[in-house]
Amino acid sequence: MARPVQPAVVRITHWANLVLFVLMAGSGLRILVAYPFLGPQGGEYAWYPWQGVPPPGVLTVGGWLAGARHWHFAFAWLFVANAVVYGTYLFVSGEWRRRLFFPRRDARNAWDTLLHDLRLRRGAAPAAGLYNGMQRLAYTGVLATAPLLVLTGLALYKPVQLPRLTALLGGYDAARVIHLAVLVALTLFTVLHVFQVLVHPRTLLDMTAGRRGRPEEEG
Amino acid sequence: MTTRRRFLASGLRGAGLLAAGALACDSSRPHAGFLGLMERVNERFQMALFDPARLAPELSAAEETDLMAFPRYRISRDFPLAPAGWTLAVKGLVARPLSLSLADLERLPRVRTRVRHHCVEGWTAVASWDGVRLSEIARIAGADPRARYVEFRSFDAGYWSSWDLASALHPQTILAYGMDGAPLPIEHGAPLRLYSAVKLGYKMVKYLTEVSFLPARSGGYWENQGYEWFAGV
Repeated sequence: MARPVQPAVVRITHWANLVLFVLMAGSGLRILVAYPFLGPQGGEYAWYPWQGVPPPGVLTVGGWLAGARHWHFAFAWLFVANAVVYGTYLFVSGEWRRRLFFPRRDARNAWDTLLHDLRLRRGAAPAAGLYNGMQRLAYTGVLATAPLLVLTGLALYKPVQLPRLTALLGGYDAARVIHLAVLVALTLFTVLHVFQVLVHPRTLLDMTAGRRGRPEEEG
Repeated sequence: MTTRRRFLASGLRGAGLLAAGALACDSSRPHAGFLGLMERVNERFQMALFDPARLAPELSAAEETDLMAFPRYRISRDFPLAPAGWTLAVKGLVARPLSLSLADLERLPRVRTRVRHHCVEGWTAVASWDGVRLSEIARIAGADPRARYVEFRSFDAGYWSSWDLASALHPQTILAYGMDGAPLPIEHGAPLRLYSAVKLGYKMVKYLTEVSFLPARSGGYWENQGYEWFAGV
């Protein structure tokens, strides 16, 4: 019997990640409300166009600074634990081979898919197995970027007790910029991701009910 | 189909657990429920990470924040003025309770620390602080080894906080009477404030009146309202 297109571990961690990411982003934005500037006091970065503009309340979780900090530091552990389960599964199962982006295998397909999706090239979409090259590039990009969210978060949480990490990231205020930049990048990914799912609703079924794959999707 | 149904059931159970976890989170009472449980986990994590010998980097004078840009927080409506005949009381589990005037404090070994200040709100700032190490005060008062906590009280509308002993005895935890080479300004806690490299700003009580060495932990002004108690950086 064919295995599901999306194995159970992938489906569970995917949806848990959605909930945890929303909680982390919302509580993080509520923390940002307390000091909606980038850069230290008296040295706010001139390049940042939204100095003093707090994120809208509807996007925030935690109600007030102390509440949001508690949400953030409580769910950070679950966010990381869920990612560790996913990452471990990815490698132990060998799924990484058909999910990660390998330039030699996927670059050509990624480029062709991009041209096709942007309507710059006519004809059928390039053949793909489980994922096309563009998907592999995007998902691998997320996996490569997300750890930076955790590392900068640790530096912001314990800048004095983790001095090498904090220095490596350029100091507390630089780590704060990177922390927010990664959030913005992952949010942009999510918007595009949801758009693609709406265009290809079958993938939503794969990620929820776990539809069985046809042989050509096994690749 | 049965595996699919089983998966759906386990998915629902997982979603239920997450929902129950989230329901056990009350933003207005963050010391309770799941948030409170995780605060205790995080406190253990922070204590395990804390190294009493690790110093925060001392910065150069060029990195000092402009004095007017360094935020000046208080609880009272106006900046509180020290009562006439102000002294600092050192009490609790000590062999020799003390009452120290500013002149007494200035005669004790003087240290200067210039480290990055981390506020709970997310900003940082830098100033240089002159004063005496709290470990020196503990030594001359003869703090009892059973004292595991230190409580700080102020004349700023009763603002207060309490610390774990290890953070209080850190070499960069001082009772400061000078800032940026001048006497401590009223806006920053004159005549005496707590300053430290290893805690968030709200733990550093200004306008000090009392330092008590205690066997059990107490709370604090912000801590009792829901801010985390350990608040190390």
